[in-house]
Amino acid sequence: MPNTVEIHIKRREKMGAPQRWEIFEIPYRPNLNVISCLMEIRKNPVTKSGQKTTPPSWDMNCLEQVCGICTMVINGRVRQSCSALVDNLDQPIKLEPMTKFPNVRDLMVDRSQMFDHLKRVHAWVELDGTYDLGPGPRMDQDDVMERYAYSRCMTCGCCLEACPQYDEDHYIGPQAIAQVRLFNMHPSGVMNRDERLEGIMGDDGITNCGNAQNCVKACPMNIPLTKAIYEENRETVLHGLLGWLKK
Amino acid sequence: MAKGIKIAIVGGGLAGLAAAMKIAEAGHDVDLFSVVPVKRSHSVCAQGGINGAVNTKGEGDSTWVHFDDTIYGGDFLANQPPAKAMCDMAPAIIYLFDRMGVPFSRASEGLLDFRRFGGTKHHRTAFAGASTGQQLLYALDEQVRRFEVAGRVKKYEGWEMMSLVLDDHQVCRGLVAMELRSLELKAFAADAVIIASGGPGLIYGKSTNSMVCTGSAVAACYQQGAKYANGEFIQVHPTSIPGEDKLRLMSESARGEGGRVWVPKGKGDNRSPSSIPETERWYFLEEKYPAYGNLVPRDIATREIFQVCLDGMGVNGENQVYLDLTHIPAETLDQKLGAILEIYEMFVGDDPRHVPMRIFPGMHYSMGGLWVDFDQRTNISGLLAAGECDYSIHGANRLGANSLVSCVYGGFIAAPAAIEWATNVQRNGANGSGIYDQETKRQQELNDKLIAQSGNENQYQLHEEMGRIMTDNVTVVRYNDRLKQTDDKLREFEERYDRISINDSNLWATMALPHARQLRNMIDLARVITLGALNRNESRGAHYKPDFPNRDDENWLKSTIAEYSGEGPVFSYEPVDISLIPPRKRDYSKSK
Repeated sequence: MPNTVEIHIKRREKMGAPQRWEIFEIPYRPNLNVISCLMEIRKNPVTKSGQKTTPPSWDMNCLEQVCGICTMVINGRVRQSCSALVDNLDQPIKLEPMTKFPNVRDLMVDRSQMFDHLKRVHAWVELDGTYDLGPGPRMDQDDVMERYAYSRCMTCGCCLEACPQYDEDHYIGPQAIAQVRLFNMHPSGVMNRDERLEGIMGDDGITNCGNAQNCVKACPMNIPLTKAIYEENRETVLHGLLGWLKK
Repeated sequence: MAKGIKIAIVGGGLAGLAAAMKIAEAGHDVDLFSVVPVKRSHSVCAQGGINGAVNTKGEGDSTWVHFDDTIYGGDFLANQPPAKAMCDMAPAIIYLFDRMGVPFSRASEGLLDFRRFGGTKHHRTAFAGASTGQQLLYALDEQVRRFEVAGRVKKYEGWEMMSLVLDDHQVCRGLVAMELRSLELKAFAADAVIIASGGPGLIYGKSTNSMVCTGSAVAACYQQGAKYANGEFIQVHPTSIPGEDKLRLMSESARGEGGRVWVPKGKGDNRSPSSIPETERWYFLEEKYPAYGNLVPRDIATREIFQVCLDGMGVNGENQVYLDLTHIPAETLDQKLGAILEIYEMFVGDDPRHVPMRIFPGMHYSMGGLWVDFDQRTNISGLLAAGECDYSIHGANRLGANSLVSCVYGGFIAAPAAIEWATNVQRNGANGSGIYDQETKRQQELNDKLIAQSGNENQYQLHEEMGRIMTDNVTVVRYNDRLKQTDDKLREFEERYDRISINDSNLWATMALPHARQLRNMIDLARVITLGALNRNESRGAHYKPDFPNRDDENWLKSTIAEYSGEGPVFSYEPVDISLIPPRKRDYSKSK
């Protein structure tokens, strides 16, 4: 085991400023993850060559790979930094911000467009009210399990970072399409199916998927994103056809 | 409606979103402040489930039994009427989430499935795999997004509350928040403010909490006159996975689904766990607590595990015991506990389906928090609180899967109470923008001072030291001399804090200034916790002093109230409402 960890961080002072690499070295301890390395660096921000610098900024919260916030590109692969264990990574460890979202500073990005997409596809069940109206619909456990898989999406953006089609908002992307699937599978959610389908049928809609299938490989929650795209593609085609017949 | 009402909510976890949804549904406006995008709030970390007595298993469960379990589990320190109200509302809360589309696990007829949790004999916990908190939070996030689209809710994500705006009558009229990229400070007027900012786990450095759980917003309210109650009651979860950056939670549902806690009978038995025969394993919880076994409440399980390790009986002589699921079929485990097994596998590297997990207690939850009345109102008019940040419901120890239900309950009660206040309040001309400008200026001065400071203390170092000393002395076992020394140390930290340098010349999206502000607030709450523990000479629930090993109802059946003063917290006590269930001895070795 080496007794130090070398970490390269792609820095950016603020939005629009140029990027540059900085190299850091910290003492090795067992069980380090990328977040604990960054914590060590911010405590005493000096580069490997002894230059004093500013502490790197990054996003973090749950540190259990369930909030999705600490996503970055680590050794070329997009993933959560909390679950990136130093012992499993090649050194030097290269940390870069995600490239498909505005880069706020250093490793921080702004993923608000993902939440905007959830608005567009009406990713919710239209409740009649939050007062007590008794239990929800009965459901088969197999259907619940299928929905549960989609419901674990933590809006981390790995799928969008990996998708060759997702760029500059030309394509709504697998994340939102999978949420359409989640709600269209629900017995009450399906009642607003059409609104959701229309949310993914525009110029930047589902047909932009190039079937690269990178999304499903990048997803840290193992969500069957390509299946969602397949199913919703079918639904949108049918919806378009039926809409045409109704005319 | 005569006038438009606007309520500010601080925190976008379960409690904050529950309140936001109710207020928006009632036709009023919400400003919602959250340090992180609300969908990333700490509620996502809750794993095991949500309690509600629906009695689908024919066990004779009822909301009264749930209430009795909650009060008994909390060692009779909780005010009983709100705890009862919560248990009564719990089934409706679960059904509401079911209607929102939460993928709760089902039984054969397609009805909700329920599992067992600690401190009860009933299957009362509804669950969505082992990521129930995530699923419930997402359901509320979705509903609130719907109201956001409708223009009722305005989110301020990436804004941190710094202080309240109080008028000359000490009435809350809004708040000052800081935008975390530009560090811009801005005052927001509101007809009422609901604090739903979660727990203060970061005071302990490493805990099961998320990094936003600093308790900073609560501390700001405390500094401005809000009472803080029962601070000394800190829940240490029996089963966490120690890590370099945090302690990761291993849900109680692992034991709810049949997980067994054990250590080798022979001290220093270093064989691999699978080669230790059944007769040479010590299932110490099952042996000592035959009635509840591995599902004793958390405070008890934690103390037992802690003691076993202290006696040198821990696995490999270290601070760890086995939590064993390997006797349960892997398929069942995947379906009911998949998410938490993945967490263990991801961070430890072993597969818990085949190798017993190694776990140790870790700081998890604060039963204490802002004092509130039975309608979630704090002692400051116009200021309410809900969720982990308030002290109601859980008494001296919280039962597993009661936190999610208490968050939603708190939000559902706080919302109408805030609307009622806002509707009926008479303003006696104490209005005017002066108070907003003044408070913004005060906060700006605090920021400016920190930025200008260039002392040689390192804020992260200081935070680590505080975390260590709090973990060592103010968690599972407490001694008065050590509590006293801890408080001395905390006062030293107050002085050292004045010599920190934020050490970041780039103020855009810096983590340094917000952390420095949080750290100051954490020190204040740490003193409330430590001195509250020092004063309370008894053992009750999570508060355990070997020198005072018994519960002392005669002297200590009362809630601790801390109020801020420049010289430190000032303590007083108030009686507990025990109007529904007379206190009785708590003994989990036999059935209630």
